[in-house]
Amino acid sequence: MSAARTVLRGRTVVPGVVEGEALVSADTISGWGGIDPATGTIIEARHPLAGVCFTGRILVFPGAKGSSGWSGFFQTTRLLGTGPLGMIFTVTTTKAALGAVVTRVPALADPDGDPVRLLRTGDLIRLDATAGTVELLNRAVSG
Amino acid sequence: MILTDDERRMRDGADGPAVAAAMDLLIRYAAALDAERLCTVRNVAGTTTQPSPLKARLVAEGGWDRAFSVINLDADETLPIPPMAVPTCQLQQGFGPDAAGVVPYPAEFVALQSDAEVFYGGRGVSVLATCTPYQVGNLPVRGEHCAWMESSAVVYANAVLGARTNCEGTASTGAASLTGRVPCWGNHHDEHRRGTHLVRVDTPVATFLDWGLLGYFTGDAVQEARPVVTGDHALPELTDLKHFGAAAASSGGVEMYHVPGVTPEAPTTEAAFGGAGVPEPIVYGAAERRATYERLNDQGGSEDVDFVLLGCPHASLDQIRDAARALDGRRLHPGTELWIMAPRALAAVAERSGYTAVIERAGGRVLTDSCPAMSRAAPEGTRVFATDSAKQAHYLPAILGIEAWFGSTAECVDAAVTGRWRGELR
Repeated sequence: MSAARTVLRGRTVVPGVVEGEALVSADTISGWGGIDPATGTIIEARHPLAGVCFTGRILVFPGAKGSSGWSGFFQTTRLLGTGPLGMIFTVTTTKAALGAVVTRVPALADPDGDPVRLLRTGDLIRLDATAGTVELLNRAVSG
Repeated sequence: MILTDDERRMRDGADGPAVAAAMDLLIRYAAALDAERLCTVRNVAGTTTQPSPLKARLVAEGGWDRAFSVINLDADETLPIPPMAVPTCQLQQGFGPDAAGVVPYPAEFVALQSDAEVFYGGRGVSVLATCTPYQVGNLPVRGEHCAWMESSAVVYANAVLGARTNCEGTASTGAASLTGRVPCWGNHHDEHRRGTHLVRVDTPVATFLDWGLLGYFTGDAVQEARPVVTGDHALPELTDLKHFGAAAASSGGVEMYHVPGVTPEAPTTEAAFGGAGVPEPIVYGAAERRATYERLNDQGGSEDVDFVLLGCPHASLDQIRDAARALDGRRLHPGTELWIMAPRALAAVAERSGYTAVIERAGGRVLTDSCPAMSRAAPEGTRVFATDSAKQAHYLPAILGIEAWFGSTAECVDAAVTGRWRGELR
């Protein structure tokens, strides 16, 4: 394992610290009609991560799109135990901000670099949303 | 973050634990947005009655006080819920008892929702039960600060009415209804309402179908930004702008747009950009129109249509009357159903005006309160559906695992009568 290094700095949305595997979405994510809260899975047919489960992973995505049900659907993942471990997103919207608040996971936004480009699915990262940093602990083996 | 004395009193419990929980959520939410303060609202459109398995479980555990506390206030404890502090309406919800026998929808959800209406009506929630409250009695004035959810209603309120609301959620509208507050951020500020992108229409846009296509293209092109739409378009009607905004809020996250000369905050293109200069245009021409049409129609394979859905967002009276005219004297294909979703208040007028009788003679139905996407309910065995709504074509295939065709209202009615999809871009 290589030494941890800070790859991103950003703004605290929800404070807290987690370590886990990144799940990187190149596209924005819909809540209502875009995820199945019962399984913690992205279901939008046109989405590059269609069928992929985000439960227990740090969701890295450009932002939230679509219905105002976004926050309610992500709140439901918390209540059903299928939620993500943390959130890193680029564009702050009410949907994503309220969604992170009611999912109650550490969340960071407005990063100083593009997290979708700098992080890969499978990277082991440490998200310190209180300090506003993302550290890369172990790079995923690129496929 | 700055809180007024009243807001601090609410946070500290002076108005009871539910109001304190509401303020706690609003403060966490405002911090997440980096908002400097809250603003006062007296117009909330949210959702409390919509059934779900989670809500059924919470109600069984601790009644509606528990469901509202956990879902609408993001609290852990079950708190006694006081009357709504400010006028609050219920948006679209599940199907009601009158849809029994038509819509395959769980009887326990119908019962749960009827029970919810009694509880929340008693707390002062007006059960409009539509995604288009602006059609049936909640029409905010220009400049009015609101806390609305439902992306298609939010974009209509901001862009067409000049009211000010962010795209709120279940918890923030719940908290707003008990406090009359919401974070003062985004669309509440002048500088966040001005145009960011110019969309130049180079191919004629005059029909309901074309406004939907233009909206779907625009949302994809600008995502969360604020487009200014100029060029070769006709004067839009309510239904056109309802379709445009809903489509733009589905393919992207558009909450505000301007149509210079039409929408209230854009007397001119220059004014729409607030004097910041007009950017280079994103061009919407014949090629973009066709590509958008094909994108919306890439989820259809079989041409055998077993379900036609009109009225997303909920139909206007004009749309119900037009559908009745198109169906007059015809009969639906035996294996095909046609539903028109409408606000209950307008369905009452449609029935009184005789439109509903014409639609029902043809075999179609006017349904209220909900839609197939909200309630995950379509006619038994539906494999392929057709709709004149870009939003419904966007969402329903993923929600129900069915194929979709998107086209004009006339093409959809023809599909319902023949059982075959014959749509094409003209």
